[in-house]
Amino acid sequence: METIFFAIVSLVAIVSAILVVTCKNPINSALSLIMTFFCLATYYVMLDAPFMAAVQVMVYAGAIMVLMVFTIMLLNIRVDANKKQSHSVILGSIIGLFTLLNTVIMLVKSRAAAPTGPYSGDMIKTIGHTELIGREMFTNFLLPFEITSILLLVAIVGAVILAKKKI
Amino acid sequence: MGIEILGLPMMYYIAMVAKVLIAFVFVLLTVAYATYAERKIIGHMQVRLGPMRTGWHGLLQPIADGVKLFFKEEIIPSQASTFAFLVAPLIALIPAFITFAVIPFGGVIEIAGYKIPLQIAAYYDTTAGQIYDVNVGVLYILAMSSLGVYGIVLAGWASNSKYSLMGGLRASAQMISYELAAGLAIVSVFMLSGTLSLSKVVELQSGWGGLEWYIFKQPLAAFIFFICSLAEINRTPFDLPEAETELVSGFCTEYSSMKYAMFFMAEYANMVTVCALTVTIFLGGWNGPLTASLPLLGPVYFVAKVYFLMFVCMWIRATLPRYRYDQLMHLGWKVFIPITLINIVVTGIIGYLV
Repeated sequence: METIFFAIVSLVAIVSAILVVTCKNPINSALSLIMTFFCLATYYVMLDAPFMAAVQVMVYAGAIMVLMVFTIMLLNIRVDANKKQSHSVILGSIIGLFTLLNTVIMLVKSRAAAPTGPYSGDMIKTIGHTELIGREMFTNFLLPFEITSILLLVAIVGAVILAKKKI
Repeated sequence: MGIEILGLPMMYYIAMVAKVLIAFVFVLLTVAYATYAERKIIGHMQVRLGPMRTGWHGLLQPIADGVKLFFKEEIIPSQASTFAFLVAPLIALIPAFITFAVIPFGGVIEIAGYKIPLQIAAYYDTTAGQIYDVNVGVLYILAMSSLGVYGIVLAGWASNSKYSLMGGLRASAQMISYELAAGLAIVSVFMLSGTLSLSKVVELQSGWGGLEWYIFKQPLAAFIFFICSLAEINRTPFDLPEAETELVSGFCTEYSSMKYAMFFMAEYANMVTVCALTVTIFLGGWNGPLTASLPLLGPVYFVAKVYFLMFVCMWIRATLPRYRYDQLMHLGWKVFIPITLINIVVTGIIGYLV
């Protein structure tokens, strides 16, 4: 059943990913991108990572895409049918081919066959994904976590300074 | 009993379908009659009678409204972006309904030797003898409610009208800012509970005859969460996106017929969901006297609590005038978010000391 479900979700993900680039209307592209993010969240659920799935929907589909849709709406970008950007198509296909090649090599050499390390699927099921992430983040990875938060704080201060004319 | 499909007993599928149907029909009926109840309650509060003509004391009013909206002409503005215009009501409606999947509406009942937890996204594993449910239930709800914004934003943009666009912009700004405060408010509750699974949260509130409810431990969080939820679902006093007097119903100006009805349903379904969530997190969920011996009393208590909160929503609507836009933003960013942050710090300190 999981394989069939995976196939369906993959189909939706691929079709919506194609629609992101082919849609003429930027809002429809943004909607397709949200659909792709949603499919990614489904993959996380299938990989026993419910916390990642929820965060994926909340942060990417929820927050970032709302911001994007907001920008598109405010700038009122309309359909431009005549524009063709050939250089980005070439660049995109090169990157795509490279990624595909990488994936195929990884799969052939079977380095991505099974998860390794101390955190197995059974352990996640008993302890809980959220608890594991929280514990790791606030013990072993505390310093990177703090550095990231300072970085975000700097970004927020910068945004406020840029937005305000008078400080 | 003996039949198994894909490694799961037959009862599993029957129970799942039954639970989905019951919850869905319950929400739909509540939505239909919430519109009636709202008109009636506000009517009586303003010394009017409310709907009286259709049926006994207007009891058939929701059905009459539904039939009327079904047969109205459907208008799609010529300059609208058709796809987004058509899909927006659906996007508004779906998150409102699927949020209900993780809310526990009762304890565990036993039918023909098979235990059924009364929560849609939960099942009883017969081999392990344990109940599994979504262990990130709260995050799931926050994620789904963040998707509800799209319906309104798209409706506003796709209509290609000034009023609708203003409504859509207001809605997105409002929903994003109040989502933050609502999320931060329930963080303090989950610092106490130590789990994100909603059925466990309800379980933790079962003792002491109701005194273990989180509303008594976190009154500030409960208050702020409820207010922010009202803002997130665009209820009065925060109904700026559809302010009739200034924006001619905002994002749904250009909508007619069933598509308008879908926005209307989404609003009320959101109200049911938000009230159910507040009940689950702060008011002890389905807990109440005698639920241990009579498990079917659980849903009854749950529904009673939800209806009480919905009455409070309508009461607020009848009482308070609408906020101004700058007041709304001020309240969200400069009052609620700092208070919730302080609440989290205080909860952390107390949790560390105790």
